[in-house]
Amino acid sequence: MKVMSVFDIIGPNMIGPSSSHTAGALRLARVMYKLAPQPIKEVTFVLYGSFAKTYKGHGTDKALVAGLLGMEEEDERIKEAFNYAREAGLYYRFEINDSKHYKHPNTVEIIVKGGKGEHISLTGASIGGGAIRVDKVNGIEVFFTGEYYTLFIIHQDKPGVVAHISQCLSKYEINIAYMRLYREQKGTIASTIIEADEPLTKEVLKAIEANPAIYNAKLIHL
Amino acid sequence: MDFRNAVELLEYCEVKNKSLSEAMLEREMTLFHLSQEKVWERMKHAYAIMKRATHLPLEKDLKSMGGLLGGEAKRLYKRYEEGKTVCGSLMAKAISYAVGVLEVNSSMGLIVAAPTAGSSGVIPGVLLAIQEEYALEDEVMVQALFNAGAVGYLITLNATVSGAEGGCQAEVGAASAMAAAALCELMGGSPRECLDAASTALTNILGLVCDPIAGLVEAPCQKRNAMGASNALISAEMTLSGIRHLIPFDETVEAMYKVGKSMPSELRETAMGGVAATPTACQLCKGIF
Repeated sequence: MKVMSVFDIIGPNMIGPSSSHTAGALRLARVMYKLAPQPIKEVTFVLYGSFAKTYKGHGTDKALVAGLLGMEEEDERIKEAFNYAREAGLYYRFEINDSKHYKHPNTVEIIVKGGKGEHISLTGASIGGGAIRVDKVNGIEVFFTGEYYTLFIIHQDKPGVVAHISQCLSKYEINIAYMRLYREQKGTIASTIIEADEPLTKEVLKAIEANPAIYNAKLIHL
Repeated sequence: MDFRNAVELLEYCEVKNKSLSEAMLEREMTLFHLSQEKVWERMKHAYAIMKRATHLPLEKDLKSMGGLLGGEAKRLYKRYEEGKTVCGSLMAKAISYAVGVLEVNSSMGLIVAAPTAGSSGVIPGVLLAIQEEYALEDEVMVQALFNAGAVGYLITLNATVSGAEGGCQAEVGAASAMAAAALCELMGGSPRECLDAASTALTNILGLVCDPIAGLVEAPCQKRNAMGASNALISAEMTLSGIRHLIPFDETVEAMYKVGKSMPSELRETAMGGVAATPTACQLCKGIF
């Protein structure tokens, strides 16, 4: 667990009514905002558990749309998020899933379609006090929280790629807090998630992407 | 520099001759390598949000998402203005502000979760009321938020401030304890007295369940914020009069945590017990969803 700050106690500053059902939901959608290629044209939010039951009274729906538009927890436009989505040309819809197969009661699956027709999906949970946990990206089980400076890298699963990534980070004097590698099958596509103590700059990202085995690298920090 | 319980915090304050708020401010600067100015500005921003959230519902009509709240702050403030209150002016104002912040929260307005959104009215309620009563500077109030933060940090670290985990006693209980300690420091109390006031506040709410109607942060949450604010005021008053608290803060926090863990899940935010499970609450539920 990260060291607690006084602003975790006197804070977060947020649009109500609920840190888990409003602020946490928004943060999950903002992870997708950072992962997906812009502009996002279409999104489906699949709501599970408590999200499915109480989303209207908690403004979870507005918070999710706001997060996908890149808004932060303090943004007073969240209440009008549907109007902003219309202005931005974002088509959104909500689905309720009654299945009991979820790890946490506040779970949402976010499926987006980018401008070039590409699909990206993410499943995550709002685990309390605005904190979140991402459980799945594009169907692959992962784990990250967005609390650290996080790098999400999609790359070819072959020798030397991970070494290249860590060399880039060491060149820019970035200390890795956690590093995790996920893959579906040997030799296909893998995802590497790096959580770092220091802010990650665009230069680091560029250096990492310079290797042809790297398909995509995204910065996620909430 | 860090402290993990009240014993360590008190020892630090006594050896270095510091207040709880000074200790918490130093902790933040040391652990996160931040300048005093930077930390201060951030807390000042939080206080500004609190202030706005207490006044907004007196100026505007706010409607909650679930429709169970609206207009309570105005009603209470009117009684304060007319000067014929049951509680006296300070407490009348504090509860008007506390319920107002919950109106803001439930209508998707901006609040500071202190320590949670569901208990966000308690600290602004008492702080704004006492600031106006004694014409205190904003800087003094920002300092007091660090004191409240120290108490909330210890409760979060050693127990919980989440209603889903520990019931309302953890959520509004923590907010009330934080507010009581901050009030004590503002009125010249020692670090030990601040923690005594916090323990008193926590003990007074021990066992309170979390039973939100329709699962929403509206009722009975709003009234319990008013209760948390008044409980903070009486706890600070008792402590400052010289009444000691028999059980030390760390033990009180542990007791609260144990009570929380022994609560059935029906009474921890699931809306399946307490007033949330009454026939009328279930009827209200149907109107919302």
